[in-house]
This record gives sequence, C-alpha cells and structure tokens, in this order.
Amino acid sequence: MTIIILQIIIILTIVLFILPKQHQNNISLLLQLGIIGITSFWAIKAFTTSNILEFPFINLLGHSVSIKIDKLSAFFIFVINLTSLTGLIYAKGYLKPYLQKKNATEIAFHYFNFLWLHISMLLVVMIRDALAFLIVWEIMSLVSFFLVIFESEKKETVKIGLKYLIQMHIGVVFLMIAFIIACVQTGAAFSFDGLSIYFASHNPFPIFLLFFIGFGIKAGFIPLHSWLPHAHPAAPSHVSGVMSGVMIKMGIYGILRVLSYIHEDLFGIGVFILVISLVSGIIGVSLAIVQHDVKKLLAYHSIENIGIIGIGIGLGVIGLAENMPVLAVLGFGGGILHILNHSLFKSLLFYTAGSVYKQTHTRNIEQLGGLIKKMPKTALFFLLGALAISGLPPFNGFVSEFLIYSGMFKSLHAGSLLTDIVLLFSFSGLAIIGGLAIFCFTKVFSIVFLGTGRSDKTKNVTEVEPVMIIPDFIIGFFILLIGMGSFLIVQPLMNVVAIFTENASILSEMTSVLNKISLSSGIFILIIGIIWLLRAWQQKRHQVLENSTWGCGYTGANPALHQYTATSYADNFVQLSSKVTNVKKEFQEFDVDEIFPKERSFETHSSDVFEDNLVTKPTNETISFLEKIAVFQTGKIQDYLLYALVFVIVISLLTYFNLL
Amino acid sequence: MISLLLILVSALFFVGIITKIKAKIAARKMPSILQPIYDVIRLFKKGAIYSSTTSLIFKIAPIVYFSSVLLAVFFIPFGGEAGLLSFHGDFVFFAYLLAIGKFMMIIAAMDTGSGFEGMGANREALYSMLVEPAFFILTASVALFTNNISFHELFAHFHIGSNLSYAISIASIYVLVYIAMVENSRMPVDDPKTHLELTMVHEVMVLDNSGFDLALIHIATWLKFAIYGSLISDFIIKSTWNLYEQIAVYLGVQIAFACLVGILEAFNARNKMNKNPQWIIVLSALAVVVFLTTLIITQKIILN
Repeated sequence: MTIIILQIIIILTIVLFILPKQHQNNISLLLQLGIIGITSFWAIKAFTTSNILEFPFINLLGHSVSIKIDKLSAFFIFVINLTSLTGLIYAKGYLKPYLQKKNATEIAFHYFNFLWLHISMLLVVMIRDALAFLIVWEIMSLVSFFLVIFESEKKETVKIGLKYLIQMHIGVVFLMIAFIIACVQTGAAFSFDGLSIYFASHNPFPIFLLFFIGFGIKAGFIPLHSWLPHAHPAAPSHVSGVMSGVMIKMGIYGILRVLSYIHEDLFGIGVFILVISLVSGIIGVSLAIVQHDVKKLLAYHSIENIGIIGIGIGLGVIGLAENMPVLAVLGFGGGILHILNHSLFKSLLFYTAGSVYKQTHTRNIEQLGGLIKKMPKTALFFLLGALAISGLPPFNGFVSEFLIYSGMFKSLHAGSLLTDIVLLFSFSGLAIIGGLAIFCFTKVFSIVFLGTGRSDKTKNVTEVEPVMIIPDFIIGFFILLIGMGSFLIVQPLMNVVAIFTENASILSEMTSVLNKISLSSGIFILIIGIIWLLRAWQQKRHQVLENSTWGCGYTGANPALHQYTATSYADNFVQLSSKVTNVKKEFQEFDVDEIFPKERSFETHSSDVFEDNLVTKPTNETISFLEKIAVFQTGKIQDYLLYALVFVIVISLLTYFNLL
Repeated sequence: MISLLLILVSALFFVGIITKIKAKIAARKMPSILQPIYDVIRLFKKGAIYSSTTSLIFKIAPIVYFSSVLLAVFFIPFGGEAGLLSFHGDFVFFAYLLAIGKFMMIIAAMDTGSGFEGMGANREALYSMLVEPAFFILTASVALFTNNISFHELFAHFHIGSNLSYAISIASIYVLVYIAMVENSRMPVDDPKTHLELTMVHEVMVLDNSGFDLALIHIATWLKFAIYGSLISDFIIKSTWNLYEQIAVYLGVQIAFACLVGILEAFNARNKMNKNPQWIIVLSALAVVVFLTTLIITQKIILN
C-alpha cells in the first residue's frame, strides 16, 4: 500500500510544472512531507523489527527491483529526510528574490530537481540491485548538477557545474567496473549482496579500492575532492546545505555498505581509510582557514568532517581486523553518529551563511563585519553551528568525537605496537583537527558577525524573514538534543553498529559515561546562569557605561580601519602551513623616496595543491597538447583530401613491404 | 571534594607567590602575597565600561570562560580520590571544556573591533591549537601505561616501578609545566608584564574588559594555574599515603610550582613571536618521546 502511495507521489512531482510560481514551494513541501512520512514509517519499522524490510519496488528490464531497508539504510533515511525538509523550508525564503528574475518553468524545474534529489538519495540507500543502484546514483548526480547551475546566467556557475558533472561520471565508472568485476568473477547476482560471495573468496583490497575511489569522489576525500569547494559556493544555499549535509554522505553510505560485506583482510583497508581520512581532515581544515569566500570555507570544512567520519570508520575497521571490539564499536559508532551530526551543523551553517549572502549580496568575508547587531538570530545560529562543528561541549559534535577518542584511548593498552602507533597518529590528528577548526570558526564568526562593517555592503542589512529562521530552530533543537541528551542515541546507534560487529552492546556501557557528560554540561550551563545573575545583581548597584573601544589613545580615525581582517587573522597560521595552503601575496613594495605612503592594494590568493597538480595541471597539459594537434583541422576540404591520400599511400606502402 | 577545596585555596595564593618570587629575584620591594586578591576585590566593587562596538558575545564570554575553568576544577582528582565529576574519558571533556572558554574569549576580543585585540586573539587561537596534541599524547601515554581512561584512575594506578617510569614522570611533569605556561600565557610564550600591546597575547585580549568581567578573568587565570599544579602533584602523590601527608605534599607541590613559574619568568626572556609555534610544537615532540618510552615499558617495543 505505502509503496503505491510513494510511486504516486514520485509521479506527482511533474505537477509542479503546471503550477504558478507562488504555490510551487508549498506543493513541493506537501509532496515532500508525503515522502518523508512514508519513508520514515519504513525506517522506524526497520529499526523496531529485527528483520530487514523488503518489498518489490519497480520492474526494471524484466527483473523486479526491490527495496531493502536494514538499520543502516534506516539511519540514512532519517538523516536525508531531516535535512531535505529544512532545505525546502529554507528555499521558500531564499528563492523569493529569484521569483521575479526566473520564469515559472525554471522555478518548477528547480523544485522538481530538489524533490528528485531527495527521492534519489532515499533510493540510493534503499536499493541493493547494482543496475538500479547505478541508475538512481546517476539520477542523484544529474539532478544535483541541475540544482548547482540554478544561476545558469552566470558563466562561471555553468563551468563549475560541468566540472562537477564530469567528476561524478568518473566516479560512476569506477563503481561500474567494481560491480562488473565482482559479478563476472563469481557469477553471483549483480548487486551489493553479490559482493559477499566475491569477498569471501578473493582478496578484497583491489575491489574495495575501486569502490572507495567511486564513492570517495562523492564524499570528497582528499585527493578526490576538487569538485566540492567549487560546487558548494556556486549552488544556492539550500542546495549547498543539502549537498554538503547529506548528499556527500551517500559516498560514505556506499563505503559502509561495501565494508559490511568484507570480513577478511581488513587491516590494510582500515589503515588505508584512516590515512586518507587524516589527510582529508587536516588538509581540509587548513585550506578552509585561508578561504575568503564563506561558502567555500564551509565546503572545505565538509572535507574535514568527512575526514573525521573516515577516522571513525577506519578505526572501526582496524578494530575488527585486530579483534579489538571496543575500538571497532566506538570507532564505527562515533563515525556513524558524526554523519548525523555533520548533516545538522553543516546545513545550519550553510543556511545562515546563505542568509548573510542574501542580505549583503557578498560571500567575501573581508567585506562583512558587525552583522550580529543587524541579524542577531542568524548570528547566534551561526555561532551555534560553529561551536558544534568545532566539537565543543555541550553540543552534538563533541559527542561523536568523544566516542572516537574513547575508543582510541581504551584500546591503547590492549593494542599491538603497530596499532598503538596508528592510534598515536589518529588522536594527535584528531586533536589538531579540533584545534584548527576552532581557529577557523573563531575567524569566520568574528570577521562576519563581530566588530564593525568592513564595506558599504553591511550598511542597510536587516534580519531575514522568519521562514528562513524556522529551519535553524529545527536544526538547533536537534544539535542541543544530541549534545545534552546523548544517552538517547545510544540504542539506535547500537542497532546500526551491529551491522558491522556483533559486539555492539559495548556501546550500551557508554550510557553511564554519556549521562555524566550530560550532567556535566547541565552543571556548566547552571554555573553560567548563576554567574550571569550575580553579575546582573552586581552591575545594578554600580555604574555601567558605554564608550568607544580602547584605541591606544588614538581616536582620529574610524576604528574599522585598523580592525583585524580575515587575512591578517589567518596570517600566522599561513606562515606555518605554506606548503599546503599555497598562499600568494600580491602587493607593491614602498619606494625609497616615498615619505607619505600612498593608498595601495594588497591581495592574497590561495590555491589547492591537490587540485592544481591532480586536476588543473594534467587537464591544461592535455588541452595544450590537443591544441597542437588541432593544426591539422584546417577546415579546408583540400587538406582533408590530402590526409586521405597520405593515408592510402602509407597503407599501400606498408602492405607492399609486408609490414602490416 | 577535598580536591576542589584544595585547588580553590591554592588558587588564591598562586599568583601572589609568583609575584613575590619575581620581586625577590629582581631585588624589588615585595607586594603582599594577598595583593592579587585585593585587586580582584577592588574590581568587584567597580562598575563596568563596555565598548559600543561590542555585542552580547562580549558580555557572555568572560562568564563562559570562567565557568568552563571552574567546571574543569571539578574533574581534577586528588591523591587516590576522584574529582567531583569523574568518568571514562573525562580528560577529553576537560580539554574541550577549556577550549570552549577559549573560543568565547577569542571571539569576544574580536568583538571589540580593535586591531590590538585581534592580534592577541589570533595568537591565542594558534598557540592553544598547537598545544592541544601535547596534552592528548601525554594523557594517552599514561592511559597506555595504566590501561585506564579517567583522570582519577590514570593517577591512582600510576605506579612508579622502574627507572624508565621515573623518566616518564619527569618528562611528563616537564611537559605539563610548559603546557601550563602556554595555557596561562606566561613566559616564554607571552610576557604578562610587557607594556607594549604589539607583543602581548593574553593581556591584549582583555584590554576592554573591566569591573566584574575582568575580575572573573583574573580568577580564571589563578584557577588554571592551580589546576595544572594539581595535575603535577597527582604524578607525585601516592594513594597509599595517609591524607595529611597527601595534603602536605600537595601544598608543597603547588608552592614549588608557583616558585618555579616565578623563577622561570624572572630569568627567561620571552621568545621571539614567530619562534613561538616551533617552541610549542617541541612540547608535542617531547610528549611523543614519553609515549614511545611507555611503549618500551609496556614491552611493546622490545629493546635488545
């Protein structure tokens, strides 16, 4: 019954094209609520029963494709539904200025794609059949491509969109090859389930590597990430929020799904995932620090967080391989919980950053400042997201990082020399990532929202309309719920982790620890409250004045002139990390006889070393090589006849001398 | 509970002792050991001036900072006794709790829109980022050694058996002392007595704080010193001693630590600003040495 309703809703998405612009958001929301209702119902059912939920979905080329929901799928269904819902609510406000610029079909096409992104992601996590999986995977890439190039009147956006589309197709090729090899070599079913037969009898690493590259391009592991920092800024903010919040997690889903079939030779795979993740985490956040475009900065943070998720998963796999159940359970548990956590705070950050963009029309943080006074709600929600993504208590990011840390520290004593060294690198890496995230988010929050405005763009800014704040409230609620009530998630998390290891009950031993964390967080907030009241009481009895910021006695100029900028804030880090961040400064030295310095400019540019060397450089070299070959393409029919003649002569000569 | 009281008491006198030692070495007339307390009481009796550039962040930050440090005190064990709050992995919470306080202080400094405070803020952000791994590697070494992962158990089971474990304790205390110096923005990373804003770190971040807020920030500094002093004493105190011995040794360690800070500050010059990161990273390197030594002790690395 429910399956038919879902099919009807999917078909009904076409209705959007015949509706007037004003109603499209509401109708999409209605359809989306239908989808969410049905799939969440399935997900809850999958969570509460011990069996895998399975029923036929459609007929594809003569064989029936069924939907299969286990607890991993169910978990992802929740994540997808939540963020897609907030995205669509946010879109209502965000797209308002575009309603005048774009016609009904364009807007309808956008909402249609948005719904289809939601649907395709759901199908990705529900379908096991390889062919159908690749089809929905392809739909997901395609509709997200259309979503990215929403502002297709900008040439740059289309270019970025194409770059995205091409990279997604490279990824799909790897997936296809991996499935085909597994299928051909064993004759098993062309589906995920067929992989278990392959992995039982073959060395899993080569096929896993193919899957990892295919899924890793989607997830954005360094060095497969180069589409990500471009596509996120180019897309409208609700799309960036959903893409960064959940779509890149489909890559993680794929990796997890493949891993669930591998039971032998796991150590190498675990170390491989861990190393790539540590590199992604540290380099991702380092590159984030030097960005001036707030959405690009957030995109690099997605890479960092994919890294943290990967660290959890990698440690989990090592734990399985080395027979260290605590490491396995807490690694997988932390990594999987971080998927949910990241989808929450990253979408929150993208929505609030989008609100800033909508009101100021710039994403360059060097032109912003002082917005907390003009957009207080947006600012506070951005701060909430910033604190959560930095992994600070009492917010949700801390809980998942804490689980990973616990797993590592608990396993140190039992581990062999090799695992201990691996763990040393992991927790130092995680600590560095945490520190750098704090560095980055103190920078972006204070440059955008604090101090005074750095350009005219901040002058006539007002708070965004309420509909754009609603999603922030929803997400903020969940961030605090997981942060303060972390014991609530233990049971569901245990169910998901049980797919990978039979010792998942170790997680329930964490309940008492998590309770104490909640208690500590409660006391923390209580102390803050008490001292706040104390100060209010103290300050009532004394004079409280307002004056200008202390400027070393100098009051001649606008204080904003000597305010710190994002570049200056990042400067001391850039000096340390010049190899990775690759920042170039452009400025003119002072002349010797220049007594009174004239006004001059200073610019910094950073570039991504991996993108430069792995994508841009080879592409440019190929293009320049092909351009050289292009001298043959003269466009004159005589030349082409000459080529044909030369060809015939060469062939006959070769035949004559018996060289062919 | 004892631990909380002891930390609070030693915090009251800590900075006084440092000042006294420094004055003594410089052959200056010494201020009373209670001078920092008088200063704070005076601040509590005052009103406040807020910059018109600042927002809510500036008002809430000192409170969050102080609360985070105060709550951190709850986690510190004393001798064989656990802190008020103690659970597996509490030191991770401890480290991240201090981090949220720092986060708020950094953005509060940026909130004033002052170039000076920006300078302090970004230095603080960089240094605390760099020192983070050292703390984790150090605690991990002890966790590896004792197979425990809460502050209380770490120290309760930290038995000094062989020469190598003496080496561990000495190296750990060395690293902890310097972590404390970085966390409290003291020499050789930062000179609290400098008069030039351009070379300040912590002091320049709180230029615009006054009255109640400034008092909170001062008290938080005392508490931080006392926290690290307690951690050092935990390396030394054995849980088998009776309570009075433990308290006596504890206070002795706190006083010795305060004197040490005073002596270090009196004889050391501040690092060049751009040498600081390198200097802090050395602490992590030392912590790695401790970790590797622990691997030898636990016979995971077998030397022949």
